[in-house]
Amino acid sequence: MLVLEDVHTHYGKIEALHGVSVEVKKGEIVSLIGANGAGKTTLLMTVCGNPQASSGRIFLEGREITREPTAQIMRSGIAIVPEGRRIFSGLTVEENLHMGGFFNTKAEIRKSIDHVYELFPRLQEREHQRAGTMSGGEQQMLAIGRALMSKPRMIILDEPSLGLAPLVIKQIFEIIGQLREEGITVFLVEQNAHQALNLADRGYVLETGKIRLHDTGKNLLENPDVQNAYLGG
Amino acid sequence: MAANNFRHALFCAIITLIISYPIIGFNLEAQGIDVTLTGADASTIVMVLLAAVIVFLFQMFREQIMGGLKSLPHPLPQSSKEPMAENRRAKIESWVLTGIVVLALFWPFFVSRGAVDLATLVLIYIMLALGLNVVVGLAGLLDLGYVAFYAVGAYTFALLSQYVGISFWLALPIGALLAALFGLVLGFPVLRLRGDYLAIVTLGFGEIIRILLNNWTTLTGGPNGIGGIPDPTLFGMEFGRRVKEEGNTSFHETFGIAYSGEHKVIFLYLIALVLAVFTALVIRRFMRMPVGRAWEALREDEIAARSLGLSRTAVKLSAFTIGAFFAGFAGTVFASKQGFISPESFVFLESAIILAIVVLGGMGSQIGVVLAAIAVTILPELAREFSEYRMLIFGAAMVLMMVWRPQGLMPMRRIHIELKRQE
Repeated sequence: MLVLEDVHTHYGKIEALHGVSVEVKKGEIVSLIGANGAGKTTLLMTVCGNPQASSGRIFLEGREITREPTAQIMRSGIAIVPEGRRIFSGLTVEENLHMGGFFNTKAEIRKSIDHVYELFPRLQEREHQRAGTMSGGEQQMLAIGRALMSKPRMIILDEPSLGLAPLVIKQIFEIIGQLREEGITVFLVEQNAHQALNLADRGYVLETGKIRLHDTGKNLLENPDVQNAYLGG
Repeated sequence: MAANNFRHALFCAIITLIISYPIIGFNLEAQGIDVTLTGADASTIVMVLLAAVIVFLFQMFREQIMGGLKSLPHPLPQSSKEPMAENRRAKIESWVLTGIVVLALFWPFFVSRGAVDLATLVLIYIMLALGLNVVVGLAGLLDLGYVAFYAVGAYTFALLSQYVGISFWLALPIGALLAALFGLVLGFPVLRLRGDYLAIVTLGFGEIIRILLNNWTTLTGGPNGIGGIPDPTLFGMEFGRRVKEEGNTSFHETFGIAYSGEHKVIFLYLIALVLAVFTALVIRRFMRMPVGRAWEALREDEIAARSLGLSRTAVKLSAFTIGAFFAGFAGTVFASKQGFISPESFVFLESAIILAIVVLGGMGSQIGVVLAAIAVTILPELAREFSEYRMLIFGAAMVLMMVWRPQGLMPMRRIHIELKRQE
């Protein structure tokens, strides 16, 4: 589904990713964990083409997207839930969702909105509320819902648990599991390593711009190094 | 707290004295080739002192005064009422607006020539403000050089009529399209910029156009400007006393009425009215289209908008181009109304005033912007009796407005997207 081959990314002269190779297979949930500043978000942004990789290649469903502009990549069956949610706070919930399906027809949008409301009944209750006035958890639900509006085959989530209460985090992770049931491939980037690895089929550990470890989610959970570094011993 | 306040107030009062005394308190008088400095008379000095005292008192009791201002009754009392049903309100709104437009159509026949002339100017500003509203209010791109596109529209008509001899009606679309092209060209280098940086680049662009017009004497006549710009014609009928162009007839002869200079003024007003309504309707249409939502999305959050596959390039360029297009429209009407244009009409102050209209009206709100355009154009005219104080009154009105209603006269009420439920 998504393949990164020896990807290097630079911010100006500083190299943030030193040759990262990651593969996400169709129907999988793959988690990427790492500390602050390891390059997790950079890796995601590189997939989205902003910034573009300075060397290496990225494939989406077999098609090379390394040099494609962001707008084109984001219209080809992949959706991202950006870090910090980034919903349109001045627009209502329904309008936010509407924006997510920007390139679809009205009938498709209606169908997708109904589907999102099924996944998150809470959003339907808040349909006409300004998105910025909702709680953090609701906003995260909206961000995920908005990403689903384009009917992606693959969804990338950047720290969906950021700043949320444990109960809400649990709910969000349940939804992510549900997305897999629907056949959507999930690439999850998290600091919350325990939950992320528990859910994942496979996991990668990113450290200072390099992949340190790569294994099944379960094995990584039991790996003493990972336990020491990311799971608090 | 009180001591602190006192110190601050005293400081402000002294600054007022230091600034105003040398400027107002001394006069330069020319005696032959010498210039002598004379002190002002006692009453001026008393006034300066009085001003310092007022500043002192205001700063001393600033909190109380500002607090009092805030507790003034809300200017729009009905805003606390329950909102009307969406569709009913839309219906009433459209009836009222149609009524106003119809009234505006017949209004010039009953008022003085000066009033109609002023109203034409108001309509030109309405067009400009509606256009800038797309760029600043909807797309959130701070453009300080908007007047450049206005100039492009005006000069397109002036130059084409001078060198090629085309009429107003042909110049109108050409001027607007050329202005739109300039908008597109400016759009490219500023795609990556936002906020302050964008403002500075657009400011520079506005100045470049003005200086170019000022210095390219061979083409534009430089500071002398271009005169003799033809008036618009109505199906080949001219509004002058004598027909200037071969093959045209004159309006008063065709209809067998006595010649009156007012015909032309009213005709220009009606053209401006039709174009302003056209501008408002087209932009309203754009706001409801996907591109309108894309502008708003980009204004709200650029990263989120891009993550949804919106192209930053296309969205920003479309906003710049459409905004510039309507400035070109307004420019052509302006050139025709004045009959003479020079770079002096397109200084930065014009950009600032148009921007002030958009902000005063409430970013993104069309009705608000129209009201603000009327207020900002007419207020200095009404205050003409106060002659030199009118800009002062204008400035004070702006400050009060921003304190009292920072969201603008009529903040934007978003047009909600209604989707039919699937049964």
